[in-house]
Amino acid sequence: MEDLVNIFVKAIFVDNMVFAFFLGMCSYLAVSKTVQTATGLGIAVIFVLGITVPVDYLMQNYLLKEGALVWLDPSLADVDLGFLSFIMFIAVIASMVQLVEMIVEKFAPALYTSLGIFLPLIAVNCAILGGSLFMQQREYNNIAEATVFGLGSGVGWFLAIIGIAAMREKIRYSNIPAPLRGLGITFILTGLMGIAFMSFMGIKL
Amino acid sequence: MENKKESLFSARYLKQLTGPINAGNPVTVLVLGICPTLGVTVQLKPAIVMAISVLFVLTIANLLISLLRNTIPPRIRIIVQLTVIASLVILVDQVLKAYLFDVSKQLSVFVGLIITNCIIMGRLEAFALGNKPWPSILDGIGNAAGFGMIIIILAFVRELFGSGSVLGYPLFEKIGLYSVGYEDNGLMILPPMALIVVGIFIWIHRSFNKELVEEK
Repeated sequence: MEDLVNIFVKAIFVDNMVFAFFLGMCSYLAVSKTVQTATGLGIAVIFVLGITVPVDYLMQNYLLKEGALVWLDPSLADVDLGFLSFIMFIAVIASMVQLVEMIVEKFAPALYTSLGIFLPLIAVNCAILGGSLFMQQREYNNIAEATVFGLGSGVGWFLAIIGIAAMREKIRYSNIPAPLRGLGITFILTGLMGIAFMSFMGIKL
Repeated sequence: MENKKESLFSARYLKQLTGPINAGNPVTVLVLGICPTLGVTVQLKPAIVMAISVLFVLTIANLLISLLRNTIPPRIRIIVQLTVIASLVILVDQVLKAYLFDVSKQLSVFVGLIITNCIIMGRLEAFALGNKPWPSILDGIGNAAGFGMIIIILAFVRELFGSGSVLGYPLFEKIGLYSVGYEDNGLMILPPMALIVVGIFIWIHRSFNKELVEEK
């Protein structure tokens, strides 16, 4: 249980998807103009990450990694399908995003129209694929750890986008030099937030 | 009616090649391809390898999707595009693992993340799906060049000021800067600095290109 909480908190603060690894930056920069759209996208990302990481974990351990196919037939012990990981992970992500899109369209049509193209673009959000690839790299012990990692990464991304959206709403009334307006100042702000998040490095629960 | 065939390197096509390097730069203007820009620019060598990989994947993906553009059913076009990109990236990944293993380890997850590199998806959707093969190839090369230019300059700055070396060669040590009390800027190696330096690039870029400045 301690392990799970440790992984969860680590994924939110220390290994934050946005500030430590810079994944999911394109949607992060594009959807953070208002807090409302940022919240909607953030919750969608938590949902998608929370489901795709455990599903990919199952695929990784029962299908893709070396010796994974042993449960099917002992003679397949040295088959390594690792090179198919990219295509398999992306297929899971694309289907999940399609599902989320359908659910959002049915239950929150206003959010659906305000997010526009960025809802299907979650499929190519590097944070989602990155979550699965990190899970593969770190070789978690069981599916509970993988799920908690997925949810934690999603919450971390959600926190990051809410933070920058709130700030961008406020600095609209500041005097920023013209060439820095909009995109430039957002980059610098995100960099400063990244430096701030570095204070979480090395925290052990 | 005269049907004039456009020469392969006409002015319009050359614009496709040079546009993304300046006014249509994928990183500083279109806000695409930010993730690898920040992730692989700690040293110059991985940045160069990433730039070449993206050039390969983007150009060939643009070409393939452009050739297939009239046969892809609209409902599954994202899946088709992702399949094409994923297969090309698997190729690149295997080649890197075979011939440049140390760089491959440095790039780690970012090789796989070329699949989700918004520049590639963005250009496939915005250009290759509606244009002929030759302009698509040029568009691919142009955008990869624009992207490559930004990450190589960024990596050069970060490696030079962060570790005092260029491509592994300890330049500042050799010219004796350390003996006069100069210290490496440790912040440059850390990820947040990449964001701030790109912000400064955007500042410089938009000071020269007034039309890119955003409205109040």
